[in-house]
Amino acid sequence: MMKIAVLIKQVPGSESPLSIADSNVWLDEEKVAYIMNESDNYALEEALLLKEGTQDCEVVVVSLGPERVKKIIREGLAKGADRGMHLNINSNDVTDPLSIAKIFADALKSENFDLILSGLQSDDLGHGQTGIIIGELLKMSTGSLAVSTKLDGDQIAIKQEMEAGFFQNVRMSLPASITIQSGLNTPRYPSLKGIMGAKKKEIKTLDIDSSDQKLKISKLYLPSSSNEITMIDGSPDQIVENLVKVFKSEIKI
Amino acid sequence: MDFILDNQQELVKKTAREFANDILRPGVIERDEKSLFPKNEIIQMGELGFMGMMVPEKFGGSGLDTLSYCLALEEISKVDASVGVIMSVNNSLVCNLLYKYGNEYQKNTFLPKLASGKSLGSFSLSEPQSGSDASNMKTFARRESSDFVINGTKNWVTNGTSSDIVILLCLTKKNVGYKGISAFIVEKTFDGLTTGNKENKLGIRGSDTCEIYFDNCKVPSKNLIETEGEGFRIALDILNGGRIGIATQALGIAQESLDRSIQYAKEREQFGKSISDFGIIQSKIANMAIKNEASRLLIHKAAILKDKGLEFSKEASMAKHFSSEAAMSNALECVQIFGGYGYVKETGVERLIRDAKITQIYEGTSEIQEKVIAKSLLKGD
Repeated sequence: MMKIAVLIKQVPGSESPLSIADSNVWLDEEKVAYIMNESDNYALEEALLLKEGTQDCEVVVVSLGPERVKKIIREGLAKGADRGMHLNINSNDVTDPLSIAKIFADALKSENFDLILSGLQSDDLGHGQTGIIIGELLKMSTGSLAVSTKLDGDQIAIKQEMEAGFFQNVRMSLPASITIQSGLNTPRYPSLKGIMGAKKKEIKTLDIDSSDQKLKISKLYLPSSSNEITMIDGSPDQIVENLVKVFKSEIKI
Repeated sequence: MDFILDNQQELVKKTAREFANDILRPGVIERDEKSLFPKNEIIQMGELGFMGMMVPEKFGGSGLDTLSYCLALEEISKVDASVGVIMSVNNSLVCNLLYKYGNEYQKNTFLPKLASGKSLGSFSLSEPQSGSDASNMKTFARRESSDFVINGTKNWVTNGTSSDIVILLCLTKKNVGYKGISAFIVEKTFDGLTTGNKENKLGIRGSDTCEIYFDNCKVPSKNLIETEGEGFRIALDILNGGRIGIATQALGIAQESLDRSIQYAKEREQFGKSISDFGIIQSKIANMAIKNEASRLLIHKAAILKDKGLEFSKEASMAKHFSSEAAMSNALECVQIFGGYGYVKETGVERLIRDAKITQIYEGTSEIQEKVIAKSLLKGD
């Protein structure tokens, strides 16, 4: 049986109010409206499409975070994933990609997944490394920024987005951990039957020990804003002359 | 009493909201302007399970409760009230009626397609001379061996042109008033059934409303629902549920009116500040929100009573009356807040007034709702 894990993260929605908590190290979670990380949603859809094209395939959605992340796990199950794993931890205890990847690698190891898909980066912390490090820790092939995937026996072929508009076709042996670029498919809506059926699917909770961490957020703050804008008026020639003066004397280019 | 939605209900609401914003919103102004039926959109809604939400899974539905249905219908109607009424008629009237009153043959034959959106249903009670007074209908089904032969004209049939199945209320016995009314399942392909032109309506222009003509239309007696003379009792019972649907459609319009008003009031600046800083605008917005919250509580109460199998006709009438009045008043206030920008089509808020008006009229006018409520209060037990 082909086993696919999809790593999904719950992040503040782009329209959610973001106010900093009194602790000054994280957001005031009470006020945040959470959603599934955008590129993870595409990774989930890619996994479901691979499942539909493969005989005997299981898709498991895995999320790290507090109790609230079960909401996106259930959303994944409603869309068609077979079961869920909740890695239970306080939301801001572990924020560095190596520690996060170690937690996932430990939790996923015994499952022997053939394929791990994750979004290319999270919309909150945005390290863009977790999926790759997990692959390395589990001695899997790794690929990043996939814009298409195709399973072929014990291999997977992906098209990777490179810099400056270049693409690269890569073929690698399974097991593999691949990060998915947004926009490569059209994420489905959960059907109402899927929503009803999700209740019956298993969500396994593992309590995570977060004492081993490499990085701690010491302060979260908004950059201070200033109103030091000087308007340069006049004819085009005068503006250019004054602008050059500012460059020379004030900014010192 | 618990006003908190559970995870499943929240996901139903979220799915409906995202579908409405992604799929329904882009074409809503064009569908209104050109009176285009949202054919592809309804097919997609059927695939997702929105067209037979309360029908059990074994008959092809989603197996959800009335409250979940209301959560979804409000989100759909917020964006496009035409899609709202198409969904409401198919769910509340057609599917509910077949599931509750159809026999095994009828349920097995018609429900799976209707509940999954593979076919669309309509509900036909009104006639040109018989609106609120249903006992004055003339369309007559004459028994002829194992068939009924139907003659007459029905009107104001929502989904009339696009539907595949019509639940028809007509007489099988004359001069006995309500007791002569029977309910039939009529397939649109039956000989002798033709539909009139689409009505050119003020609002909900994406839904198609038309007359249906029966000229010696032969309907097999296995398509008679329950027995002869039971039609009016069945229709009244099913219309109670329909009123929850229309109340919810109205609430969607009222909520869209509020959301658009808030958004615009924050953006619009006059006299050097945002118009949302003016007390008179704040008062409008507060009053719109109060009406919506009260509508929602009335609707959800009626839905929960229905789900628990309790009497809910008075509550459904109250919900429909209050929500439709709220929709009309909020839509007018919304256009008032938008000023000139609200009076042109591009901003899409003048449509809210036109769409709101019908909710005070169909499936029992506001006046009929008052009559139902008063009758229930004064019956003296």
